[in-house]
Amino acid sequence: MPYGEGRREFLKTGGGWSLVAMLAAAGMLPSAAALADWNQAAFDGKNVAETLKALGIEPATTSASLVLTVPDIADNGAVVPVQILSRLAGTTRLALMVEKNPSTLTAVFEILPDAVADVATRIKMAQTSNVVAIAVAEGKVYSATKEVKVTLGGCGT
Amino acid sequence: MRIRAAVGRDGIVEVRVLMSHEMESGQRTEAGAVVPAWFINQVTATHNGRTVMTAQWGPAVSKNPYFAFKFRGGKAGDKISLRWTDNRNETRTDEATIA
Repeated sequence: MPYGEGRREFLKTGGGWSLVAMLAAAGMLPSAAALADWNQAAFDGKNVAETLKALGIEPATTSASLVLTVPDIADNGAVVPVQILSRLAGTTRLALMVEKNPSTLTAVFEILPDAVADVATRIKMAQTSNVVAIAVAEGKVYSATKEVKVTLGGCGT
Repeated sequence: MRIRAAVGRDGIVEVRVLMSHEMESGQRTEAGAVVPAWFINQVTATHNGRTVMTAQWGPAVSKNPYFAFKFRGGKAGDKISLRWTDNRNETRTDEATIA
């Protein structure tokens, strides 16, 4: 299957999800699990408690085995590097939240059995805020929090 | 997508991906009108046909997203495939060989 613009047009005109579902049924896409619905409610959450509830996970306790690496000061809120590393045995899920962003939840990572609970990305931050990492390990929920001072907000980008 | 994958110590494969996407936050205005949110919301990584990592993203992931992750059980020469879907249901899949 070509990956060019023609394919994009084809997907657009082909009815979006229904076509994706068709391809999945035909075994042309990797996994049905990967097509789980995007959790709108969780991404609409305006604080950590609300977001955890929408994700269906319990309030978290802090853990030193969950390591959140962020800069102390971010000159550019549009590109803030973040790494989450969980040394907790049986970590199945990681989540990343920014308390003072318009929506709290930034990302959720499903750590499948062969994956290592060590992910990194770059995020936007509207203003100086606590960044919260969440790990679900053997049914328990853990968190790590660090403040990032933002010099120039990344909300308008 | 630019995908770099290499086997490191302990046979753990480290994958680093750069995706090309606007990641429009939905917070920005242009000439007084809100620019609608447009962002990658799901990412799936597949190694030799098995899914090793999935992610759900919101619009606060930076423009042209960077994503790094690790998994076990891969070796040099294996294929790693990355697929994203955005909130307009556009999708892109790219593949790389593990070094």
